[in-house]
Amino acid sequence: MHTYPRFETEETQNITQMALPHIEIKDLNVFIEGQHILKDINLSIPNNSITSIIGPSGCGKTTLLKTLNRLVDDGKGVEIKGSVLVNGEDIYAPHAEVTHIRKKMGLLSQRPFPLPMSIFDNVAYGPRIHGERNKAILKQIVEQQLRNVGLWEEVKERLDASATGLSIGQQQRLCLARGLAVKPEIILGDESTSALDPISTQTIENLLIELKKDYTIVLVTHILRQARRVSDYILFVYNGEIVEFGKTEDVLLNPQNEITKQYVKGFIS
Amino acid sequence: MSNIQRRLRKEKIAKIVMQLSGISITGSLFLIIGTILYKGLPYLSWEMISQTPKGGFYIGKEGGILNAILGSIYLATLSTLLATLIGIPIAIYLDVYVKSKSFFARCCKLLFDVLFGIPSIVYGAIAFSIMVWLGIRASLLGGVITITLLTIPIVVRTIDELLKTIPVDLKNVTFSMGTTRWETARMLLKYIKPGIFTAILLAFGRAIGDVAGVLLTTGFSDNLPKYLDEPTATLPLAIFFQLSSPVPEVQGRAYASALVLTFIILVIVICTHILASKQKKHKI
Repeated sequence: MHTYPRFETEETQNITQMALPHIEIKDLNVFIEGQHILKDINLSIPNNSITSIIGPSGCGKTTLLKTLNRLVDDGKGVEIKGSVLVNGEDIYAPHAEVTHIRKKMGLLSQRPFPLPMSIFDNVAYGPRIHGERNKAILKQIVEQQLRNVGLWEEVKERLDASATGLSIGQQQRLCLARGLAVKPEIILGDESTSALDPISTQTIENLLIELKKDYTIVLVTHILRQARRVSDYILFVYNGEIVEFGKTEDVLLNPQNEITKQYVKGFIS
Repeated sequence: MSNIQRRLRKEKIAKIVMQLSGISITGSLFLIIGTILYKGLPYLSWEMISQTPKGGFYIGKEGGILNAILGSIYLATLSTLLATLIGIPIAIYLDVYVKSKSFFARCCKLLFDVLFGIPSIVYGAIAFSIMVWLGIRASLLGGVITITLLTIPIVVRTIDELLKTIPVDLKNVTFSMGTTRWETARMLLKYIKPGIFTAILLAFGRAIGDVAGVLLTTGFSDNLPKYLDEPTATLPLAIFFQLSSPVPEVQGRAYASALVLTFIILVIVICTHILASKQKKHKI
């Protein structure tokens, strides 16, 4: 059998030996309406760190991210081969429970989407659907998560106000708090700062850096400077294939592959 | 003529065309309301809306159209309620449970578009033949079932269009919190709540104004509607019967009945708008 190259860093090899990595992708191939979007992906994503997926538009980076929490399933004509192991459990196994898998992964989308309800209810929504009914505990969770994202002081007086009245930067932090309230293990960010102003972007970036001590974070970004600022590891995807994966400074400052070199220098976008 | 002049001229023409169509539509509306006010108001009396037809009502003697007013309200309310209860789950199923661009979903939507366009007399005829087969006579229930079938496509297509306006990312972030499809569907319904009132309003308007669908299935009765299995009068049919009369007095009452029908619709429209605007608090 033909074996594909595995992309591992020294660190992930060590982690593999110590404990199961959070996310491990094996021989993943994704086809959408007959098009081969992701090709032979083999990858171990290191724990408690930020991994940025970079690459030109249409290279498959968002599809790769959505494959991790099975949001890709919902599209038309999607065919997935291979496996994605989260804590050793294959999320594409025939009997895998999709809601349980998604709960483990908070998603921060491109644009903030507050739910059509109050600030309090937005954060309490996740815990409520997962069965938390106790009001005191819900209050505690809401306060803790809003503090986590640095929003508590700004909104504590108006928790009952509509979430849509917040500024876009505040909304994105609220969405992060809402995601964290479900107690995920992994945070997935899909160009999460692309709609934000520079100051809000910085706030979110600092939050993510702060959060990596408790979570494994995977971000899709098209901003190289952002990838450089926040990430520990960089994964460069081109035409649906992994071209290079390694520590941020190695990939950005000393790329091994010719295509990576051109992309980093801005010759391809 | 320079380029900018040409473009400005096109802009001017487009504006005039739009204004003309606006004026003609509002004009027709005022013409309709004016006509029924002019012809109907003199015949509108307390007796007219508080009594049932007495003997000889249709040749110009005393009585009113309370039977038809109540009949129409019952019929339209019940069938709109049923159509909403059946239509919303169908729309949700086609948008949230089935992949929305799948062959099955597209076939269903096409089918609802066809049903939407079928004239109500066809619904009436089919319902009538089924009723004959089952041995059921023309009744309020028969009318409710027919009008429900008639209005379901309206509810489904309106809700479907509303669900299409929801950004895919909103669905995705909800799913990524580990919600089931049902929980996501409830969130989406909350999001489109003001629009749902529009769907209900459209269905109610079609239900209360329909003549052909009720002609064969609901029958007509001078008594107040009390039971589901009895023939029931409806306002559009009452208008039809009165207009066919040669007696000027009765024809005048037809316009008064039309006035009552318009008033009921006006009240429903206002209520819907108030309810919808109250729901807009959390709208994004």
